[in-house]
This record gives sequence, structure tokens and C-alpha cells, in this order.
Amino acid sequence: MTTTTASVRRDDTSTTEVASLPPRPDPSRRRPQLGRPLGVGLVGLWLSVLVLLPLAALTVTSLGDGVGGFWDAVTAPVALASLRVTVLVAALVAVVNAVMGTLIAWVLVRDEFPGKRIVNALIDLPFALPTIVASIVLLSLYGPNSPIHVHLNATQPGLWVALAFVTLPFVVRSVQPVLIEADREVEEAAASLGASNWTTFRRVVLPTLAPALISGTGLAFARAIGEYGSVVLIGGNIPRKTQVASQYIQQQIEIDRPLNAAAVSVALLAIAFVTLFVLRVFAGRSQRREEDAQ
Amino acid sequence: MKTSTGARLGLRTIALGYLVLLIAVPIVLILVRTFGEGIGAFLESIRTPAAISALNLSLLIVAIVVPLNVLFGVATALALVRGRFRGRGVIQAVVDLPFAVSPIVVGVSLILLWGADGWFGGLERLGFKVIFGLPGMVIATLFVTLPFVVREVEPVLHEIGTEQEQAASTLGASTWQTFWRITLPAIRWGLTYGVVLTIARALGEFGAVIMVSSGFPGVSQTLTLLVHSRYIDDHNTYGAYAAATLLMGLAVVTLLGMTALDRKRRTT
Amino acid sequence: MTSTRRHPRLALAAAATVGAMVMSACAGGGASDTVGAAADAENAAAKTGTINLYAYAVPKVGFDKLIPAFNKTAAGKGVQFQQSYGASGDQSRKVAAGATADFVNFSVEPDITRLVDAGLVAKDWNANQYKGIPFGSVVTIVVRKGNPKGIKDWDDLLKPGVEVVTPNPFSSGSAKWNLLAPYAAKSDGGKNPQAGLDYIEKLVTGHVKVQPKSGREATETFLQGTGDVLLSYENEALFAERSGDPVEHVTPPTTFKIENPTAVLSGSKNLAKAKAFNDFLFTPEAQKLWAHAGFRPVDPAVAKEFAADFPAPQKLWTIDDLGDWKTVDGTLFKKDTGSIAVIYDKATS
Repeated sequence: MTTTTASVRRDDTSTTEVASLPPRPDPSRRRPQLGRPLGVGLVGLWLSVLVLLPLAALTVTSLGDGVGGFWDAVTAPVALASLRVTVLVAALVAVVNAVMGTLIAWVLVRDEFPGKRIVNALIDLPFALPTIVASIVLLSLYGPNSPIHVHLNATQPGLWVALAFVTLPFVVRSVQPVLIEADREVEEAAASLGASNWTTFRRVVLPTLAPALISGTGLAFARAIGEYGSVVLIGGNIPRKTQVASQYIQQQIEIDRPLNAAAVSVALLAIAFVTLFVLRVFAGRSQRREEDAQ
Repeated sequence: MKTSTGARLGLRTIALGYLVLLIAVPIVLILVRTFGEGIGAFLESIRTPAAISALNLSLLIVAIVVPLNVLFGVATALALVRGRFRGRGVIQAVVDLPFAVSPIVVGVSLILLWGADGWFGGLERLGFKVIFGLPGMVIATLFVTLPFVVREVEPVLHEIGTEQEQAASTLGASTWQTFWRITLPAIRWGLTYGVVLTIARALGEFGAVIMVSSGFPGVSQTLTLLVHSRYIDDHNTYGAYAAATLLMGLAVVTLLGMTALDRKRRTT
Repeated sequence: MTSTRRHPRLALAAAATVGAMVMSACAGGGASDTVGAAADAENAAAKTGTINLYAYAVPKVGFDKLIPAFNKTAAGKGVQFQQSYGASGDQSRKVAAGATADFVNFSVEPDITRLVDAGLVAKDWNANQYKGIPFGSVVTIVVRKGNPKGIKDWDDLLKPGVEVVTPNPFSSGSAKWNLLAPYAAKSDGGKNPQAGLDYIEKLVTGHVKVQPKSGREATETFLQGTGDVLLSYENEALFAERSGDPVEHVTPPTTFKIENPTAVLSGSKNLAKAKAFNDFLFTPEAQKLWAHAGFRPVDPAVAKEFAADFPAPQKLWTIDDLGDWKTVDGTLFKKDTGSIAVIYDKATS
């Protein structure tokens, strides 16, 4: 990269000799042509038609019967139950992910064993695998034909497994790079000062990992509350027990109640936004702290 | 942290055990069940006319979605990085939106916008069918894959800065020349990585697509819909396993591509 | 410069790869998901039209036999079918909302009436001697093999701890039949509606825990281990038993006659072919195929032939005994006001 820059610079000086040519506009003003009004307008239009308009239609429909109608639709017992199941299961899965994800990342970074690279590649599989395949795959082990006689079909543990499967990469992949870069000398210093492993982990390692850990967990949570494909076959769709919000929404569309579907959709969106917003604020703060420290 | 061998082995066992139970065993099992009846049975099952059409449709959607995402994704990334205009923050937020929206909610929103009773329902009366047609499935897939290219290209653009582009334009290169010769080569790996992610997601999308597809086998059934319809409507568990294995194969190819690209992206 | 010039080519190569992926995607697609079925492309030369079929979820097994048979007739030669199956009400709403259909088969008449009201189906769709109904069934009770809970009649469903699987009546036609059967039995054919509703209320509030969207999804839910009892079509029960699933069915002494109508859309691009197909369904040949697939034929001669396969219950109520579909749908199932709809809403919202 540096060589190209150098050669371009050399050309640059040679062209200045022919200064009699018609004056070129100031390069600093020409620079961002690609991002100029036409482009920005087009991008804005694209994003609006693709993303904003559908969501606007959703919001307006959800308020079709006024705020009261919206509130009734969201607080109908089964709707509320589906939201509760969704949030509780997603929270549980996020916590499991936080613990197991950190552990797996630690093993992948600090441990050496044959086949480690395969295991490392395996982590990304849930990202690449279509969610409906995840559902089928898990059913083959934990479903009605289970060879180990574990039947999680149509139970909450079934939901846990499905969601843990699809959200596995989030924490591992956010914690791993931080662990790789973490300064092991500090850990060793702590250990030489007599700190136990647990203390070292809690006082030295964990604070370094915290931002990555929180963001990974948050992303896993956000993904889990919206998940549909992986729970559709294993979840059982039992109202008040295993029906998650996305299943409830789909059911409401099928029985021709778009208003209920739209209202619960908006509620689900709101939960996801709040989660991501909190994460962003948190990330911003820890970044600032880091910058202050430097 | 100096861990004793025992502790290290313990942690390793827990981590690997978790992965084995959650991922490895189920996948091995489904492969055993798919190929247990012989490779011939598998091939036959994924070569029924409906399965071939489903594969073709999935690839067609990918072929439409990828160029659009590349075009608008790069344009969006350029606007975000190079542009100084009001509303940049809004665009940033909108690009991230699809990550936060459940696929089912995507489907519902599209029905409410494009469906016969939706805001743009008039189009349908003019004969342009979006919901229950290919356009609906393409739009749904575009929605869920929107962020990938933008988010992969954006950091690269930040990193390369504008020096070279400025130099090129000082030398009299046109905007397009600058883009083709300077910008595009610089972002190529990030862009390709974004494309691979887009392909993976487009092939695998289920929730948003099932809401807007008419689900005709041979016409509007994608591979993921085929898996679902075989499992539920046709009572054909083996067929569902076989189709799932095919999708899994595609996913593994994507994954290998991702790993290879990731290394490349970091070294260049 | 040479090094930079290579890169546009790289982008082109990437685009070409995607293109090639699509091109190389094998030809030979089609609608059939049967192993070894000929691809549509092979028949393309003889292709004489396409019929878009929208049907409720369970008669797929029947159409799988009937479509090839129709293709063998003179009228049906080379006709292609695009088939979509799902919950009856859901399918009907999709067609009403603009999905392109030529031929429809729903579980219950109101789902066709919706299309008549929308101007998509001619008013005289049910003018033939069988009232537009080529096949039917009866409501049965499906239990686990060996009938561990000893279910024999409607009252047994109300025993403590019995969990019943039946689909959601707002999307499924099957669900309406399933609820009409005990309703008619308990209300003595509608003479004592309160008794019928009392039973339905106890059943729905105390024993129905899941709401699959279609009859087929209900079967799948049951087969995967949820519930003790599945209410379903007799044909669906036979289908599950013949597929070797560990279930058996009990037809209660008093049950309900299921009549599944078909119709042709008046705006169909292939009206003649769609009509020919609809007429074909009533021929003795087709009636026998329905019977083989587990559906009760309507042709009296064919019905007689298969009498042994389809035992007559002691008492079989019909929709006409309760009035007609319009009244039944209005008083029992109408969203927000129908008595059963209200019970369902109360129990499930």
C-alpha cells in the first residue's frame, strides 16, 4: 500500500510542472463526490423504502384503534405471556452464553489441544446455518426420535437449547480477540503476588473482558428475542408455556388479526431497541474511558 | 493466569462437552440419518423437481439480492464515511435496524406495506404482485441482509482514508476512475466478506420469507421453506433431513469461504 | 497500475461466480416433490396449461393420487399443477387478498363463501348434484396406540388430566368441524345450544392447551408427543395410521359429517381446464381414488363399494341439521360475537 502511495505522490509532483492547464477545482472540495447529494439522496430513498416505510406501516397499523387498542392488544394475557416467555428465555440464554461463551473463548485462546482449529471453526457454524436447519438438527437429537431419550420437544428447555445454539457465536467471538490481546504479564504479576486464580480472574481478567462480554451478551439477547426459525419446530407453540412473541405474531396474522400482530411486533421492536441502545451507551462510555486512560 | 493442568483439563472438558452436546452430536446424527439410507436415497430426495426448483429459487434470490446489496451497500458506506451531511446519525441507526428486527416482524411489516390491504396495495391492483410473489421474497431478503455489506465496508473505508483518492483526482482522474482504480481495490476483501455473509443469510432466511411467500412447490418455495413443508405438511421427515443436509452443505462452503477471507482480510 | 487494474476484474469475477451459480443450478425443476417424479421440463412440450391449486392442509394425500389420474384423461393431458396447502381460513384469505388461484378446495364452506363475496367465485359454484362437495369425512378421536386413557366418547375428553389437541378455529376449518361434532352431539343437533356450549367451554378452557394453525399441524404436534387426544378428520387419522405412526382412532357413536367443498375461480386464466379438473373429481374413477386415500366418497355407488372401510356411526349430524353454514358461522364462529369464538377468545387471550 505504501508503495502505491509513493508512486502516486511522485506523479503528483511531476504534474505540477504543467500548471498552465486550466485550473482544477480545489481537490479538498472535489474529494467526497461519491457521497454528494445525489448519492446521499439515493441511499436515503433506498433505506426509506426498504426499511423505514414497512416499519412505519407497522407502527401506524398497530395504532389503528388508538393507543387504547394498542395497549389492549399488547396486554392481552396470551400476548403478554408470549412476551414474558420470550424475554425470560432470552435472558436465561444470554446468561448461559455469557458464562459458557467466556469459558469457550478462554479454552480456545489459552489452551492447546489437537483439533483446536476445527473447534474454532465450529463456533461460526450457527451463523452460517439456516435457522430452520438448526431446528431440524436439534430435533433429531432432542425430539421425538431421540436416540438418547431426551425429549425436549414442546418444552421450555427445548427453547433454551434452540436459542443457545443460534446465539453461541456472539459472546465467544466478542471475547476471544480481547483475550488474545490481554496483557498476560499483569495476570502473572497478580499471581506472583499471591492472588488465587479466581481472584486474578475476577480482579484482572474480567474487568478487561467486561465491555466485550457485555456487548456479546447483549447481542445474543437481542437476537434471541426475535428468533423464529430455530424455535418453530422445537418450541411447540404452546400459549403461556412455550409460545414466543414471534410465534404469537405469526398466529395473529394467520387468524386475521393484523392489529394484534402489529402491536406485539412494535412491543418486541421496542425491547430490542432498548437493549441495543443501552449497549451503545455502554460501549460509548467504555470507549471514552479507554481514551481518557490513554 | 497460571492454571493447573487439572483445572485446564476441567475447563476444556466443560467447553468441549457443551459444544459437543449442542452442536456436534446433533449435526453428526442428522448426517447419519440422511446418509444412513445410502447416498442414493439422499440424492434422489434432493433431486425431486420441487427440490431442484427450490434450490434454483434460493439461488435466484441470492443472485438478485447480492448485486443490489453491493451497489447500495457500498454507496451507503461511502455516504456514511465520506459524506458530511445532516442525518448521518439517522442513516447509521437505520442501517443497524434490521439486526434488531425479528424476521417475523419484517414479514408482518412488509405485508402491511405491500399487501393488498397495505399502503402500496394499489400496486397489486395494477398487476404488480409483491406479497405472495418473488418481489416480496426479494424485498424480505434485502431487508434482513441490508447491514452486512455496509458494516464490512465502512471500517475499511475509514482506515484507508482519502489521501489516495485525493491524489487520483488531483491527477485528473474522474470520479469513476478513482472509484474503480483506488477505492474498490482497497475495499475488496471487506466487500467480499460482506457478500459472503449476505449469501449465507439470504440462503438461510426463513421467518421473513415464509410470511410473504405463496409457498407453491416448484414456484415460490425456497430451500428453507421446502425443509419446513416437508417436515410439517408432507410428513416426510427423511426428506426434511435431506434438504437440511443440502442447506448445511451450502453453509459449510460459505463458512470455509468466510474463514479463508477472514485471514486474507486481516493480512492485507 | 497493473496491480490496481486487476481488481475490477476481481469484482467482475465475483459477480460472474454468483451468476454461474445460478446458471449451473440444475435444470429440471417442477412442482412435484415425489422421489423419481419426472421434471416438468420433460413434459413441457405437451404442456397445455397450469392450474394454481389452493387447498387446506390434509387433502394433499388425495390430490397426490388425483392429479396424475387427471393428467391421464383426455381433458387433463399436459395440465400442470401448482399446489399450495395450508390452514383453510388462511388459504382462503390469501386467495381473497390476491394470491393467484384457479381452483380451490377448502375444509369448510364459509371459506368459499368469502371468495364468492369477493366476486372471485361464481355464485352458482355449488349447483351440481353434490353441492360442490366431491368428498368428505367424519370427525374422529385419535389416541395413542393402545388407547391408554380409555377414550371412547366425547365425555371421556373431559376427564381430568386429558389434554386435547385441536387446531385454532380462526385459521383452521378442521377445528370448526372438531368443535361442531361434540356441540351437535351435546345439543342434540342444535336443539339445546346451551348444553353444547357448556361442553365446548369445558373442553376449550380445561383441556385444549395448544393451537396449531391447521389440521395437518395439529397432527404433527400430536405425533411429536404433545397431548393425549387429537381431534381430526377420519382421513387424517387413517393417513397417520397408514404411515406407521403409533396412534389409533376411535369414532365416537355420535359424530359429525365433514363436507369439503371445491370451486373454480371465475377469473381463472385456465377456466376450461380448472372446470374440467373440478368435474373430474366427481367421476367414479376419482371417487374411488378419494376413497383409497381415506376420504369418504360422495358418489353413492362408490360409497357402497367402500362401505366396509368407512363404518357408519350410530348417529351422524350434518351441517344442515344445525341450519346452514351461514347461520352456524354467524352464531358460533364469527370473530368477537360467535359463541364459540367468544369462548375461545376468553380461554386463549
